[in-house]
Amino acid sequence: MYASLSQLKSVELRFDRETSKMKMMIANGIEDEEKWLAEGIAGIQHNAFYLHRALDSNNLREALKYSAQLLSELRTSRLSPHKYYELYMRAFDELRRLEMFFKDEDRHGCSVVDLYELVQHAGNILPRLYLLCTVGSVYIKSKEAPAKDVLKDLVEMCRGVQNPIRGLFLRSYLAQVSRDKLPDIGSEYEGEGDTVMDAVEFVLQNFIEMNKLWVRMQHQGPLREKEKLEKERGELRDLVGKNLHVLSQIEGVDLEIYKETVLPRVLEQVVNCKDELAQYYLMDCIIQVFPDEYHLQTLETLLAACPQLQPTGDLKTVLSQLMERLSNYAASSPEVLPEFLHVEAFAKLSNAIGKVVEAQVDMPIVGAISLYVSLLTFTLRVHPDRLDYVDQVLGACVKKLSGKPKLEDSKATKQVVALLSAPLDKYDDIVTALTLSNYPRVMDHLDAGTNKVMAMVIIRSIMKNKTFVSTFDKVEVLFELIKGLIKDLDGISHDELDEEDFNEEQNSVACLMHMLYNEDPEEMLQIIRTVWKHVMVGGPTRLPFTVPPLVFSALKLVRRLQSQDGDIAGEEVPATPRNIFQLLNQIIEALWVVPSPELALRLYLQCAEAANDCDLEPVAYEFFTQAFVLYEEEVADSKAQVTAIHLIIGTLQRMNVFGVENRDTLTHKATGYSAKLLKKPDQCRAVYACSHLFWVDDQDGIKDGERVLLCLKRSLRIANAAQQMANVTRGSSGPVTLFVEILNKYLYFFEKGNPQITSSVIQGLIELIKTEMQSDNTTPDHASDAFFTSTLRYIQFQKQKGGAMGEKYDPIKL
Amino acid sequence: MVLVLALGDLHIPHRAPHLPAKFKSMLVPGKIQHIICTGNLCIKEIHDYLKTLCPDLHITRGEYDEDPRYPETKTLTIGQFKLGICHGHQVIPWGDLDALAMLQRQLDVDILVTGHTHQFTAYKHEAGVVINPGSATGAFSSTTYDVNPSFVLMDIDGLRVVVYVYELIDGEVKVDKIDFKKTTTTN
Repeated sequence: MYASLSQLKSVELRFDRETSKMKMMIANGIEDEEKWLAEGIAGIQHNAFYLHRALDSNNLREALKYSAQLLSELRTSRLSPHKYYELYMRAFDELRRLEMFFKDEDRHGCSVVDLYELVQHAGNILPRLYLLCTVGSVYIKSKEAPAKDVLKDLVEMCRGVQNPIRGLFLRSYLAQVSRDKLPDIGSEYEGEGDTVMDAVEFVLQNFIEMNKLWVRMQHQGPLREKEKLEKERGELRDLVGKNLHVLSQIEGVDLEIYKETVLPRVLEQVVNCKDELAQYYLMDCIIQVFPDEYHLQTLETLLAACPQLQPTGDLKTVLSQLMERLSNYAASSPEVLPEFLHVEAFAKLSNAIGKVVEAQVDMPIVGAISLYVSLLTFTLRVHPDRLDYVDQVLGACVKKLSGKPKLEDSKATKQVVALLSAPLDKYDDIVTALTLSNYPRVMDHLDAGTNKVMAMVIIRSIMKNKTFVSTFDKVEVLFELIKGLIKDLDGISHDELDEEDFNEEQNSVACLMHMLYNEDPEEMLQIIRTVWKHVMVGGPTRLPFTVPPLVFSALKLVRRLQSQDGDIAGEEVPATPRNIFQLLNQIIEALWVVPSPELALRLYLQCAEAANDCDLEPVAYEFFTQAFVLYEEEVADSKAQVTAIHLIIGTLQRMNVFGVENRDTLTHKATGYSAKLLKKPDQCRAVYACSHLFWVDDQDGIKDGERVLLCLKRSLRIANAAQQMANVTRGSSGPVTLFVEILNKYLYFFEKGNPQITSSVIQGLIELIKTEMQSDNTTPDHASDAFFTSTLRYIQFQKQKGGAMGEKYDPIKL
Repeated sequence: MVLVLALGDLHIPHRAPHLPAKFKSMLVPGKIQHIICTGNLCIKEIHDYLKTLCPDLHITRGEYDEDPRYPETKTLTIGQFKLGICHGHQVIPWGDLDALAMLQRQLDVDILVTGHTHQFTAYKHEAGVVINPGSATGAFSSTTYDVNPSFVLMDIDGLRVVVYVYELIDGEVKVDKIDFKKTTTTN
């Protein structure tokens, strides 16, 4: 435990040797900091050793001597804050032991009052003050003097050390030892003359002095070392900030005291110190450390300080922090919301931000917008029902953006998109946000590309929320907002766009149309007209995307109205099927310029069917006429023709509205075109499909057995011709599939009871096929064989059915 | 047990914006071995989406499909069953079971999957079974009124196929099932 005297002496000697060596290396610069620290630590350890010996032998004199020497190490100017702290901590540990010694009067026999006097004899001021603070702690604890008197004395005595680093650590020490001895409410130190105000005063004083020292550091070095100084100052900031934390922990500091004393005094120091680093750190501290309830009640005072701060600092972050805290406060305690309204929090924040944006003319646009984004976030969380507030924020943004050219800065653009997206995320009924008067005005300031991005965001939000846009004026607003997608705005031509992106955009618009709905037919028609007004100018690239969904919207409306007839008195353009069909005609006609004849043809046929269901013969006829015109003049590709003619036949087959004349004209055209298809097999199939035009299974349906047979015979002739052509060109017959198909058709009508189709007719056809298959000329084809086999199997099955069907099939021999 | 999803006539984005949410949450990748699609998707995005559910996608052309390369008909074998696919607008009269039976004989398949009418049917006749999975989005149809969104899941096990039909009625998914048995094995 205790070294021998000789060992001590050798340590001393060694130490003296080291010290002289160190002194020689002083000139060698900053790397020596490590060595100086080591030197300092060694010095402390050396004196601590003797200090401990003195404490063990209760030798007050010796204890004071060695502790003063020990503390002298803290007088160094050579260490950076980071390293000084290490030295300080070692001294701190020793001072704790010393304090315990001081406390125990029996050990040293000196009264605390005398001790307080005695330590002031130490030679240098820094050790003297550390010792004084230590004794002061004991003094307060002894209660032989009011806490406030001792504290006052100490905080003023510390003024003796004006060196920033040393002063800060000294005062930090004072703060630490006094922490649990403040005359707070309910503390043992509270008394007659000792109140919480004294505690507050003490901490404020210490804080103010510490801040002054901290700021002074900035001016200590040459300008070129500014960065280094700032870094070092950063390392010390928590020492200063701690005082604010202490203030917040004082129980007796209620809202009143905070408002009247604490905040004004702290802000005074913050503003007056005119130091950017200090100001922004301390503002942040204030916001983080004191309760949100206080901030709400002192909002005006807090905000009034902002324009007084150094303009080069990051005010946006301070304001954003404040707004975020208040937002969270409102979110976690909804019962305080009325208070927000009462103190007019929104107005105050809004004004403060406005002033800052106005005053700081050099603030880049991205800064201003991000402030508004923070304010909007606050508004949406705290006052979501106040759309007027939301609109106000957007309006302030518009004001900032107006007079300037369209935004090019991508960061600023991102912020504007964030601003516009925030209300979309918040409100279920997105259209609420879209109808804010300033919303489109903000969008107008985006460049064309970003405008489209924003339009897509809007559409996606609507789709995600699954809410319907239900009035035509809201649809009007919506389509105005997404106009960048609907038509070519100046500056961007479609050719520049990636095709996939363009398709994605247009498909989004198409999907959007399914979210526009109102139960009231008049309103729904208005909606459809409004949409048409906007998309009709989309041009040939967009119409194929936008026309179909609109057409089907209209057809759905027609179906709803089907029971209605004639006009509704008193309406300008009432929602009747007739009027809607007129509109549909217009809409589909627009496809001609694309040109999209195949799509238009399909849509005409859809309309024809709908008109049929509404019993509007001339309208249905007109749609068929249009379809045929397109077929004749525009559908050129042979494969497309095949599909088109089948669609025409399929639709026509279902029509029951036509009188004999109209029906005949249309069926004649259909069969005519069927026979004129490019390839014979296609002709054959289309013609036998036409046979169904003459036989409809309905009660009132046409059942013209003769014309059915005529069709089938005609298709048979075509099939024959096809066989012969195949003979000629390939040297052998083509597959007999067509014949088998026709046979199946014969069976179909045979079963339906077409008197023209007899069992002998069928028998004949079966024999024909058998002959063809067995002929040397025919190339065997597995598919046709299998088809024929299954057909025969079917006939067998029907024969075995018994009953009427069995009887019918009986004559047929296989 | 082989699961085959049969669906079609989605008509996205012409007649519907997307699959019903309840269907989408049921259709999870990795559970289905084959997808049979009757056509009228109509856009590439839907094709890609179906591919994520199952890479073995068989699709035929509907009259509104964007991609012109889908075939008019397709046949494939799954286990003991031969299946045929055709959208159905080519078979006149539309939805007529006798006309569809003819196509079934021609394709020589046990199960014919077809669409176009947007109405679910599962019908057994001499040549086999005709299944129409309806419209997965409940899209507007000129032939059928009041279309409910529906799709079909077939569980093929040996000579037996269980057809599950899922229909969205008034916001709730209702399931029904039909059993079919083959009498002979495929040659």
